[in-house]
Amino acid sequence: MACFLVSAAEAIITTVAVKMIEKKENSAGAIKVRPDGEYTETEAKIPFSRKLKWLRNLLWGGSLLLAFEHVWHGEVVPWFPFLTAASNPADAAEMLHEMATVGVAMAVLVTVIWLGMLAVSAVIEKRAQKEKALPAEG
Amino acid sequence: MTLLITVFAAVICTAIWYRTAQKSEMMVGVLCWMFWGASIMWFVDAVFEYAELKAEYFTPALEDLINDAFLGLSVVALGLVIWLVVLLIKDPKGVVKKALFKKK
Repeated sequence: MACFLVSAAEAIITTVAVKMIEKKENSAGAIKVRPDGEYTETEAKIPFSRKLKWLRNLLWGGSLLLAFEHVWHGEVVPWFPFLTAASNPADAAEMLHEMATVGVAMAVLVTVIWLGMLAVSAVIEKRAQKEKALPAEG
Repeated sequence: MTLLITVFAAVICTAIWYRTAQKSEMMVGVLCWMFWGASIMWFVDAVFEYAELKAEYFTPALEDLINDAFLGLSVVALGLVIWLVVLLIKDPKGVVKKALFKKK
């Protein structure tokens, strides 16, 4: 009914967080940033703002396509109150229940998968740092 | 069916991204994020539906199957349109800029 709204809300929060962390990282001068905003590929440590962008992209992408599905099923309309379920209390209660169950589960699973990506990237980062350190040692 | 079509789209896009990642001029990553995000969310939707319908979930009516397939293809088409718009706006190869400022 409106389960995508939970992920969309998390996407908004993540977008704001990315902007704030990027600003902090840039002002700290801890990382090398190219003029086009991308980071150099040879960087052994991935900045956290870049990792957070993975979550932001997953959430926005998923929410966008799910919003289309809701338009397809007539659950989202281009006129007020935009959600057909919001027009009467019984449907609104059902919608809120769906948001609290399916919507929250969606946002949680996306976040858990992102955490898994962080774990994998940490292993890759460690391996890259080891490879970088080896020639100096040898 | 929508989930299945989106997962296939995500896998194909990821394979293309992996093959062309070194150049990354076509911004295939945008498609990967979109389709994987939607696939994860529809997977959760499918789990909840399965919990409600049990085995019946795997034997949908033909009409529902066709509608879902049509929706899945529409989702892929929408994803491709969004990717194209992002690609033309960001214009990493400078093709749009070159075409706009070309002297006749």
